[in-house]
Amino acid sequence: MIPAEFDYLAPTSVEEVIAALAEHGDDAKILAGGQSLLPVLRMRLNAPEVVIDLGRIEALRGVRDDGDAIVIGAMTPHSVVGGDPLVAEHALLITKAVEHLADAQVRHRGTFGGALAHADPAGDLGAPALALGAQFVIAGAGGTRTVEADDFFVDLFETAIEDNEVLTEVRIPKHTGWGARYEKFVRVAHQWPIVAIAATVRAEGGTIAEARVGMTNMGSTPLRARAVEAALTGQPATEDAVRAAAAQAADGANPPSDLNGDADYRRHLATVLTRRAVLSAAGA
Amino acid sequence: MTTLQDPPVESSPEIGRERRRKEDQRLITGRTRWTDNIVLPGMLHLAMVRSPFAHATITSIDTTEAKASRNVVTVLTGADLGESQGTLINAWAITTDQVAPAHPPMPTDRVSFAGEIVAVVVARTAAEARDAAELVDVEYDELPAAIDLKAAARDEVLAHPDLGTNKSAFWKFDSAEAGTGGDVDAAIEKARGDGIVIEREYRQQRLIPAFMEPRSTVVDPTGEQITMWSATQIPHILRFALAATTGVPESKIRVIAPDVGGGFGGKLQTTPEEWLTFCIANRLGKPVKYTETRSESLMVAHHGRDQWQKLTLSAEKDGTVTGLKVELLADLGSHVSLVGGGVPVLGAFMFNAIYKFPAYQFNCQTVLTNKTWTDAYRGAGRPEATFAIERLMTELAAELDVDPIEIRRKNWITHEEFPFMSVAGLEYDTGNYEAATDKALEMFGYDDLRAEQKRRRESGDPIQLGIGVSTFTEMCGLAPSRVLGQLNYGAGGWEHAAVRMLATGKVEVVTGASAHGQGHETAFSQIVADRLGVPFEDVEVLHGDTQTSPRGLDTYGSRSLVVGGEALVRAVDKVIEKAKPIAAHLLEASVDDIEFADGRLSVRGTDQGVAITEVAAAVFAAHDYPEGIEPSIDSEATYDPVNFNYPHGTHLCAMEVDTETGGVKIRKYVCVDDIGTIINPMIVAGQVHGGLVQGIAQALWEEAVYDDAGTLVSGSFVDYLLPTAADTLSFDVDHTSSPSITNTLGTKGVGEAGTIASTPAVVNAVVDAIRHFGVDDVTMPCTPERVWKAIHSRGAGGEAATEGAAAPHFDAAEGTEGAGA
Repeated sequence: MIPAEFDYLAPTSVEEVIAALAEHGDDAKILAGGQSLLPVLRMRLNAPEVVIDLGRIEALRGVRDDGDAIVIGAMTPHSVVGGDPLVAEHALLITKAVEHLADAQVRHRGTFGGALAHADPAGDLGAPALALGAQFVIAGAGGTRTVEADDFFVDLFETAIEDNEVLTEVRIPKHTGWGARYEKFVRVAHQWPIVAIAATVRAEGGTIAEARVGMTNMGSTPLRARAVEAALTGQPATEDAVRAAAAQAADGANPPSDLNGDADYRRHLATVLTRRAVLSAAGA
Repeated sequence: MTTLQDPPVESSPEIGRERRRKEDQRLITGRTRWTDNIVLPGMLHLAMVRSPFAHATITSIDTTEAKASRNVVTVLTGADLGESQGTLINAWAITTDQVAPAHPPMPTDRVSFAGEIVAVVVARTAAEARDAAELVDVEYDELPAAIDLKAAARDEVLAHPDLGTNKSAFWKFDSAEAGTGGDVDAAIEKARGDGIVIEREYRQQRLIPAFMEPRSTVVDPTGEQITMWSATQIPHILRFALAATTGVPESKIRVIAPDVGGGFGGKLQTTPEEWLTFCIANRLGKPVKYTETRSESLMVAHHGRDQWQKLTLSAEKDGTVTGLKVELLADLGSHVSLVGGGVPVLGAFMFNAIYKFPAYQFNCQTVLTNKTWTDAYRGAGRPEATFAIERLMTELAAELDVDPIEIRRKNWITHEEFPFMSVAGLEYDTGNYEAATDKALEMFGYDDLRAEQKRRRESGDPIQLGIGVSTFTEMCGLAPSRVLGQLNYGAGGWEHAAVRMLATGKVEVVTGASAHGQGHETAFSQIVADRLGVPFEDVEVLHGDTQTSPRGLDTYGSRSLVVGGEALVRAVDKVIEKAKPIAAHLLEASVDDIEFADGRLSVRGTDQGVAITEVAAAVFAAHDYPEGIEPSIDSEATYDPVNFNYPHGTHLCAMEVDTETGGVKIRKYVCVDDIGTIINPMIVAGQVHGGLVQGIAQALWEEAVYDDAGTLVSGSFVDYLLPTAADTLSFDVDHTSSPSITNTLGTKGVGEAGTIASTPAVVNAVVDAIRHFGVDDVTMPCTPERVWKAIHSRGAGGEAATEGAAAPHFDAAEGTEGAGA
């Protein structure tokens, strides 16, 4: 478990990171919390020549209120995001998802932006970010640009971030007062989810006024269950109504088959977990 | 004859005391000598080049580039080392005609499992060795591989073409032939006519011991004696085997197992890595270290279990059992390792368990395949046996529609019947199954949970409740040497202890049992403190070094306390006997008047006496002692057990099954184990809790899965699922006590009990929860997918695991944190 040799850079500003990426290009890998990169290096699955550690860039840490959105710095550890009152008030779904993300040690080292940029379809943050319509702020040589969640996740471990760019922060539109539930199905607690459903609901009385549903590990990227969302709108928050809507959860999904279950089993799970997540998020 | 006696040593302050383990501070903080912590002057480091193929001919090995790599000393292949590397041994050929391939540490021409070593890089640092290992260019011609156990047993593809068969040995026990019971085929035939026959086939999946400390070996050849440090359970056996196979005299080899971080049987092995480290250190004349990576540990450290069990149980219509026939296929993997072939045989005497089967037959075919070799894993043969019989008895109860407890009561040995000669020919010394079961049922709230189960069934609750029963026994305390001799085992089963009475009043205890996490230092100190009447703190326990502890047979098979502890008791008693004439001399009394109590040797009927530690000081000075005896009260003892040791217990598991997802959740787990006298309740609780989790993990989580090409798919902890504290619950653990009559303290082994008992309790609970859907089995591990599929009428949820590793969370090409933060 000894990585191959690499050069280590520890810049203190985003500008320096951009400059280093420009210089090293493909040969460089960015180190955020290291919870995915370090195992890769230690198992020698990859051997970058340069590792650029973002750990000393203070500007990338923290959560702030920005009018109609909250902004989470890319290097904010999961444990900080999970305990942040702004996040809990305006993006409860994120709080719920972080609560059961990996284990306590990983939550203290791993970062919000690092996990999203890694784009593991079984990662716990993609589906909530997608469901909440997050915006990804990406810095590059030409300045910064903002990418919508729908365009951010491209494929397995692939995002809209280019080789010479770095993710700096994630803007989450406020969903103040929305109920939320991250329904994660695992065999052991520290496992990546076999399937997980991220649901957030604005309920009015006993009715679902609006619902957003994201799915983890149901395809090569996090997916949004738009058909379910549409079917839920205006429905009573009852077992039968939600069950009917949730039946469409797996439509169009292309889940993997692995030791934890085949694709058909995952499709079935998605419908059950969607029903449970939505009912819980709706306070039913 | 057995009753629930009080512990025999009731006045003692130490035995039975819940002491914290004295070794834990250094073990938990890691501030100790784990093998990988050892650094010697000029030490070189090894990295192994391993075959990616399960079966292939090695056509060429080009080491040129690796040899030129920075700080590489040399790169060696099997051809370079030749016979100097020695050979790995099989200590237990279960039959005289056993077929076994040659087992060089590093083959020269053909690899027979994925992970086999083909070249070794020696460099000045571990990192440089690892770098250079990637530069060794090996060309292979891939051969067809024997992977599936059943197919291998049909000899469709040969794991070793030169042997002409994959069938290694066939081992049989028949009660009619042995004179211990009747004819099982006749019993089954009769039951087909007028009774009940239960026929099942169960899979014991392959498991990985997954000890915490990866294996590591350091060899220093620079002294007169060659010293090997190794993270092993068996320093004494290792020394013997090194001498026996390398030509180096045993007296020139010192083996040290320093603090060792767990084993679970996984370090009951003599390994290619140890042999190669030994060979290369000697060849180069320099200290050499090898420490495996976790990936290597999972891939090549031996695996456990891996059997198909074909079982036939016959009974009368009222549920009285009449016969049991067992037909096993056991997967050896690529080689017959140290005791690999013997593991299923250790189960041969336990399928009949606590029940009065009048006829019994056990058949086992061991089979070679192109997979990592299998050997002992916590319980070793007995968990497999216990699983089979406890599942079968539950199936018999279901067939008769009676409570699974009732079918057991009807057939078990009652407490009045001990000592009891079993149909497998073992004499169970003590036990009381009724008492343990009654206590467990009460703690569990059995009737209330059955009532809840009924309510949930009737209301069609998506969460169904199941109750699993396991009334296990096992044989432990390996082992009477004569029995091992009859089984063709290559060594004995005795244990050795020595007690050194130091002049300063301290006591050094030397044991041949080699602790690797069990707490020997604490438990043995408690025994000695009581028996010798010295403070617990004054006792030091030494182990794991063949120079300090010259005789021993190490730690496995729940033997340390019941065999090693008895050796210790006898050594202590010799110290006291040796002290008596010296005390008599000092006190100017007759030896016959000297009595020993609470650390003092006193003249009977007087207040005159001398502490045993004072006697130790007196013989150290040796100014004044009796004529004709040696000036020492140090003593040693070697104890060879006369019988195994038979702990038992009743385990009850309540399982909630989510019928919509197949997810399972243990609601309550109660166990009442009878392990005789308890030396330290806290150590026992640790053994029971840890053992339970390991057994539950077989039922629910763990499986080593190979793909058709023979690649280990579950090669990391992403896919080989180990539970953590978050996945278990607080177990309700209690005890009854029928002290063993085969050792002085009345102890029984506890190291494996939890693992042996819990697996069938859990699977019985899962099946019980969904039996009304027509389910009578779920293949282990009972994954949610299998449970869900079983409910939806697809057999036992599928024989094989769904193919493929989990999504590549750490994928090579993409596995980075992206070009983002």
